[in-house]
Amino acid sequence: MLMLVCPYCGVTAEETEFAPGGEAHLSRVGPDGSDEAFEAYLFARANPKGVHLERWRHAYGCGKWFLAARCTATLEVFGTYPAQSKGPPPAVLDRIADRRGAGAAARVGRGAPDAS
Amino acid sequence: MRLETGGRLIDRTRPLRFRFDDRWMTGLAGDTLASALIGQGRILMGRSFKYHRPRGPVAAGLEEPNALVTLGTGARAEPNVRATQTELFQGLRADSQNRWPSLAFDLMAANDLVSRFLPAGFYYKTFIRPRAAWKHLFEPAIRRAAGLGPAPKAADPDRYDQVYAFCDVLVAGGGVAGLAAALAAARTGARVMLFEQAPHWGGRAPVDGGTVAGGDPAGWVAAAVAELAAMPDVTLRTRATVAAVHDHGYVLVEERLTDHLGGGPGPRRRLWRIRAGRVVNACGAFERPLAFPGNDRPGVMLASALRDYVVNWAVAPGPAAVVVTNNDDAYRTALALRRAGISVPVIADARPAADGPLPQAARAAGIRVATGTGIAGTVGRGRVVAVQLCDAGGGGHVTETIPCDAVAMSGGWSPAVHLWSQPGGRLRWDEAGAMFVPDPDHPPTGAAGEPIVTCAGAAAGALRLPDCIASGARAGDPAAAAPPAEAEAEAPLLPVWVMPSGAGPRKRAKMWLDFQNDVKVSDVELAAREGYRSVEHTKRYTTLGMATDQGKLSNVNGLAVLAQALDEAIPRVGTTTFRPPFVPVTIGALAGEARGAVFQPLRRTPLHDWHAAHGAVWEPVGLWRRPYCYPRANESRADAVAREVLNTRRALGLLDASTLGKIVVKGPDAGRFLDMIYTGAMSSLPVGRCRYGLLCNEQGFLIDDGVVARLAEDTWLCHTTSGGADRIHVWMEDWLQTEWWNWRVFTLNLTEQLAQIAVVGPHARKALEALGGMDVSKAALPFMHWAEGTLAGIPARVFRISFSGELSYEVAVPADRGVELWERLVAAGGPLGVMPYGTEALHVMRAEKGFIMIGDETDGTVIPQDLGLGWAISARKPDYLGKRGQMRPALADPDRWRLVGLMTLDGSVIPEGAYAVGAGRNANGQTATEGRVTSTYFSPTLNRGIALGLIRRGPERMGEVLTFAAEGRRVQARIVSPVFHDPEGKAQDV
Ligand SMILES: [Zn+2]
Repeated sequence: MLMLVCPYCGVTAEETEFAPGGEAHLSRVGPDGSDEAFEAYLFARANPKGVHLERWRHAYGCGKWFLAARCTATLEVFGTYPAQSKGPPPAVLDRIADRRGAGAAARVGRGAPDAS
Repeated sequence: MRLETGGRLIDRTRPLRFRFDDRWMTGLAGDTLASALIGQGRILMGRSFKYHRPRGPVAAGLEEPNALVTLGTGARAEPNVRATQTELFQGLRADSQNRWPSLAFDLMAANDLVSRFLPAGFYYKTFIRPRAAWKHLFEPAIRRAAGLGPAPKAADPDRYDQVYAFCDVLVAGGGVAGLAAALAAARTGARVMLFEQAPHWGGRAPVDGGTVAGGDPAGWVAAAVAELAAMPDVTLRTRATVAAVHDHGYVLVEERLTDHLGGGPGPRRRLWRIRAGRVVNACGAFERPLAFPGNDRPGVMLASALRDYVVNWAVAPGPAAVVVTNNDDAYRTALALRRAGISVPVIADARPAADGPLPQAARAAGIRVATGTGIAGTVGRGRVVAVQLCDAGGGGHVTETIPCDAVAMSGGWSPAVHLWSQPGGRLRWDEAGAMFVPDPDHPPTGAAGEPIVTCAGAAAGALRLPDCIASGARAGDPAAAAPPAEAEAEAPLLPVWVMPSGAGPRKRAKMWLDFQNDVKVSDVELAAREGYRSVEHTKRYTTLGMATDQGKLSNVNGLAVLAQALDEAIPRVGTTTFRPPFVPVTIGALAGEARGAVFQPLRRTPLHDWHAAHGAVWEPVGLWRRPYCYPRANESRADAVAREVLNTRRALGLLDASTLGKIVVKGPDAGRFLDMIYTGAMSSLPVGRCRYGLLCNEQGFLIDDGVVARLAEDTWLCHTTSGGADRIHVWMEDWLQTEWWNWRVFTLNLTEQLAQIAVVGPHARKALEALGGMDVSKAALPFMHWAEGTLAGIPARVFRISFSGELSYEVAVPADRGVELWERLVAAGGPLGVMPYGTEALHVMRAEKGFIMIGDETDGTVIPQDLGLGWAISARKPDYLGKRGQMRPALADPDRWRLVGLMTLDGSVIPEGAYAVGAGRNANGQTATEGRVTSTYFSPTLNRGIALGLIRRGPERMGEVLTFAAEGRRVQARIVSPVFHDPEGKAQDV
């Protein structure tokens, strides 16, 4: 059972206190989107063996959604960060680079975090 | 037989009576059921699963595959309990399993005679065709024959406890390695928890000998336990098995509290749920059987097990035992037997030479050592009476037959790596020991990527006492000094996977690998010949390692045989996956107190007690309980529902609608947000008005519905279905927090803050007017409007909305005023003929009006357009959740199944879930369908059956008659409008 830290309330808690929400940083495709773009938005998921960015909700805590960078093979957690982000913050990317190499960090890095 | 002297665990002054099958016998305090039975001369303890072959104990501990019994009787009967782990108590009752009519005379043993017709994969191959034979012939016969002990039929009367704990270091196993680890860790100040599955500390060391700190290992064990017990941050438990190490160091331990007493006050077992900083796996190792012909005959057991029986409990199958081995350790058994006065006619050692200290000691004790020798077969019916010796490297030509009562076999040891492997630790093959050992370079890791399990002692492959205890101390604290220990040096073992190595097919068909499931060397070789190259496939094809012991004895031998058959190296074949639990955990312990009334929480509305006091029968709605109906004396439920419907339509009904979801959405961007969440336009809803709304997911499918009221310029109240309140609130927050996070919107789930009562029927207005306080006239409060005020002095919000088609007000008041309002309505409604009604009347009335119900008319594949709800979708909005999804071609297909009403030609009620039979057959060769019934009721209003259904091009086919099939009959029904009652809507708009 995983242990995760909610970046909002700071609580370290067990998996049963959270609800998973699938892959993070998907961009919504609305009525203007092409069939291909909409299909990718609905169905195409990365499902990597390795570093993965995913959505979690502190369901039995503060109720907030947040994002986690986690290795799906070893279950190592590289960090959690607010859902209001365009990509993992530098501290999380540094940790991924440190643990899995710069390539892994570059693959999941998507620009500067945005908390507007 | 019981030996005259010895037995370090038994108390000869305390005899205990116990019953096995229909015989009462006597054992001693300290016995296990297995040792007591052996002491009584009983070796036969069970039957194998497939061939029903006679089985005696092969082990003395938790790895035992054969001696499984049903313990206890009635509701407390527990099947498949290992007799080797069952501590004897006064009055214990055990029954043998998998035999009929009796253990000694088992008719199903005929399976054994046809065993060459029941090879590996037999079930797969034989029973696939014809299908009908499977259903009517094979399956019933197999079900009768299969299964070991029967599960008890009654509910478990015992209690089970669960406890949560945290520690820095959790040590699994209280042998010398585990004790050394716990001591070393505790001396650094760490919080330590040490669990031992047996009732005693020390593991094998007190039986195996050697010295620790200059003395008997048992003395050091006692001192170590005493030191640990005196430390404040150390928790010690015996009879507690570490069953699982899960992700990030989450550990489950099952502790047996009263089993050894035969019951008693307090919980029977306790499940520890522990977050450990790190885990030391000191679970020891399992000795491996040797695969020689007839190795499953009762009386053949592991060398270490026979040593345990003699030293710990002073019992043995008889006065003579042959030892067969490929290593030096088994000589300890020979020496222990000799010391206990049991003769050892020969030690058959497969190695060409045996000259280490232990073999020399055996020779010095006058024991004959036959090197290069194996066993070609065992003799005996029901139990072994002799062994046949042969050249270990030959084909099995018998050189000598030696009478004996037992055979002690040793094929080497396999470290118990389960707790290392479960969370992902990798193994490597150790050539010298011919065993898989933990690979320290690939440990299981925790949340920060740190190693979370260390193996110590025999579990790490450190089999000899000095190495074992030193590795334990290191695992506890790398800086710790290990206590000095000594044991005899041992020569290398010789890997022996098949004995004799040149045995032909007939002999290989008598070499058992998995004793419980009857998997033999020949079965694994057959699987390899048939193309099963993966060990995981071979396991499932042959059932090797799938018995209750989960391959603890058979795993390595089986994959070594597979590797030989495939001409591969053992590490290339690899192991099967080690999955939790390490040993079976009883379901009761996993459930804990979460059973019966506290299995899940019960949600009660503010009016719950009133309903209960007035005869409501309940319907579960999620975690809620809602009144289904209120039957009067001698009234059937159906009659009660009909009465409630008719009374509501003709006079006045009251419904507890408090479970309805009520979510407030507020803020400068709330209107914009609701326009995205709902298919309709909510931003344009004037304050004081209500509007029906639909919620879709991004696929376009309908997920919930309800009436939205605009409370203020920046505030809306969204009603959801009873089951949808939490889900939709989470859904709203998901979009607000993760997609539109700069929109200024707040949501609040008010569901439990308000009691909501529907006042329904032609007299509804009169009832509210009788309460007084608000103008509820048509002019002041028209249909689909709401107003705030006081009713009978209670602050209330009144919504003119209707789910029944009648004049209807839904009144929301603070939850703690709900009963007061309800009772005032009951009183005021008395002269008007008021009656409460339940969920079934609600459903019937909504169906009579053609109103859809989420979960009945929808199933996650239905879009609003299928349900004739296109009017609730704003075509002008550029975007809403689901809009893009609904643009997909399949969802615009004119052939989609769409909502209609259905009326049977004979007036009967169509069975629930009935399908409309179409023409021809579908792609699977089944009868084609062209629609299905989604709701079906007897309508008291129409005095006939009515139904709603989704039918291919339904609305275009009004008047057509379809045939529906369900429950073995066929019903004809005509397609009609879904609005059966008051199609003009005159009743609700008055
Ligand atoms: Zn939180």
